[in-house]
Amino acid sequence: MATVTRKLGSRLLHTMKLMRELEHRIENLYRQGKIVGGVFIGRGQEAISAGSAVQTLPEDVVCPSHRDLAAFLLRGLPPWMVVANYLGRKDGPTRGRDGNTHLGALPLGIISFISSMAAIVPVANGVAFSFQYRKQPNVVLCYFGDGATSRGEWHEALNFGAVFKLPIVYLCVNNQYAYSTPVSRQMAVEHITDRAQGYGIPCQRVDGNDVLAVYEAAQKAIARARKGEGPTLLECETFRMSGHSAHDQAEYVPKELFEKWKKKDPILRFEKYLLEHKVLSRRDIDELYAKVQAEVEAAVTRAEQSPYPDPGELLEGVYASAEEDHSLPMTQRTRGKRETNPCQ
Amino acid sequence: MPVMTYIEAIRQGIWEEMERDDRVFMIGEDIGAHGGAFKLSAGMQEHFGPNRIVDTPLAENAFVGAAIGAALMGLRPIVEMQFADFISTCYDLIVNYAAKARYRWAAGVPIVIRGPSGGGVRGGPFHSNNPEIAFVHTPGLKVVVPATAYDAKGLIKAAIRDPDPVLYFEHKLLYRRIKEDVPAEDYVVPLGQARVARAGTDISVITYGAMVYVALEAAEKLAQEGDGVDVEVIDLRCLVPLDREAVLATVRKTSRVILLHEDTRTAGFAGELAALIASDAFDYLDAPVLRVTAPDCPVPYSPPLEDAFLPHAADVIAAVRRSMAY
Ligand SMILES: Cc1ncc(C[n+]2csc(CCOP(=O)(O)OP(=O)(O)O)c2C)c(N)n1
Repeated sequence: MATVTRKLGSRLLHTMKLMRELEHRIENLYRQGKIVGGVFIGRGQEAISAGSAVQTLPEDVVCPSHRDLAAFLLRGLPPWMVVANYLGRKDGPTRGRDGNTHLGALPLGIISFISSMAAIVPVANGVAFSFQYRKQPNVVLCYFGDGATSRGEWHEALNFGAVFKLPIVYLCVNNQYAYSTPVSRQMAVEHITDRAQGYGIPCQRVDGNDVLAVYEAAQKAIARARKGEGPTLLECETFRMSGHSAHDQAEYVPKELFEKWKKKDPILRFEKYLLEHKVLSRRDIDELYAKVQAEVEAAVTRAEQSPYPDPGELLEGVYASAEEDHSLPMTQRTRGKRETNPCQ
Repeated sequence: MPVMTYIEAIRQGIWEEMERDDRVFMIGEDIGAHGGAFKLSAGMQEHFGPNRIVDTPLAENAFVGAAIGAALMGLRPIVEMQFADFISTCYDLIVNYAAKARYRWAAGVPIVIRGPSGGGVRGGPFHSNNPEIAFVHTPGLKVVVPATAYDAKGLIKAAIRDPDPVLYFEHKLLYRRIKEDVPAEDYVVPLGQARVARAGTDISVITYGAMVYVALEAAEKLAQEGDGVDVEVIDLRCLVPLDREAVLATVRKTSRVILLHEDTRTAGFAGELAALIASDAFDYLDAPVLRVTAPDCPVPYSPPLEDAFLPHAADVIAAVRRSMAY
């Protein structure tokens, strides 16, 4: 087991708690009618995106799915921008063009999700291919759900990634349900790893509610990818502690499952670990949580201050504009301006 | 006659066809015990069993392909796309296989692919599309776009009984907003017959889907606002087969025409209608044919942007005034 420094422990706990509380607040904004589009959250799944994305280097890239908020936060997306995107505001990363976490920020190494499940996986391969092409020692973390692994694009992409030995880690967030469909109705094999093995990809099943287990598995997989040894698939087993979206009551999920998984809450578990191993004190943790609450409130306040986009902007950006400098790769274009708007 | 919402009317049409014909079944994601993302099939699996309301893995090609195969063997599958946007993932099977099978090897593919399309619900770029035109352009496919609850029921029944592949695009904004008297008994609305949604004498607005209501709103406002313009509204109901005679008849009657759709402009259905009118009713025109459509851009999420994107009654009124002033 890795020794957890105070710094790493605080960072992981902070990220997971921030994801939890921010999403909780976003759900409330939805209930108040302030968010008018779909809300998809990853309650109970925080350890997966946190334990993996925390290890990325600045030039690495993440391709988060719709319940991997920690990956956005760890790449430096300010929490208020997440809220602004949900609220459809002008200063959000998509400037109101798209909602929820359907957002990307190339300067931060975040590739936007495609709503069609699994369609992002071949694209993530392409990002990895560019690293291979340029002999760049970087890696891609690509996240998807259990349901997504039934789609043809997923299978094509896994085979492609294996054949090309791409520097990518495939992270399956197996939260047991795809909308109302349980994994048992999704596939006849027991595990996602059974599928990936057929493509010649090394696989590992990981306790997705144990942030350190995720951390260690991702560490190995990232190291392999960086050394040019090819892709790894991690099946992170967890549970969706919510409906499919904020309007879904999930009456199709047996209550006992929520009870069972509540006991495995990744944040409480990590808190306990940190206390037992004296990495952080109760007081440290309480202070950290108070800080998170303040950050969440500040994020909502800042996001609500952002205006709605001007309808006059409707047609901007369908095609490239003549003024933009297209000679630089997108990831390098405005690095210097991160402070003002990290996404553009 | 019972009052019914648009979505209930579709559901009842499917229900009746499933009772009438045991070859009819429905397949898609989360449509069983959960009743589908929009609850269209709530309670149907209980009644018809899991063999006829079939839940699938998340795999559109797998279930569209399975529906095509079952149809070749004489079954009558209805496929639900959870959102019509995702139909793009099975373009090949629909366009290259189902559409061409009868022509290539005399094998009919009587499937219905249906699902919620359209904007106005803050669904953003991936849950608001009007994907009809790609399929309109593919010979071998039929395309149905109901606007009323009456038609929703009558057209789904006609689509299910049709021997060819039919794409049936529901408008999700209408699901629970449209409520009207719908006969409880069996009836069909034949494919390829347009409807006069509002009779008028001065100018025609030809449209379909949710835009029928935008056209009607514009017509009422114009009647009230002292323009003294009497607008005729034509609801196409089907894009393929197209009721060409109804299009030409209204142009001959009013001599002025506005073509309205929610889909984006370039190569949208209005272009096809304009060409038809120009070639077959040119002599009757007193003004240029005008289009009111969404602009050429993806459907944005944020309310002010989506509102600017969608055509509104005010846009139709402006076009009518421009045409009348010509
Ligand atoms: C191709 C496609 N079909 C259907 C949908 C509608 N849909 C959105 S999320 C979802 C379930 C996804 O399940 P999973 O991949 O397990 O991810 P989870 O939501 O459980 O995190 C479905 C069916 C979609 N987005 N894309």
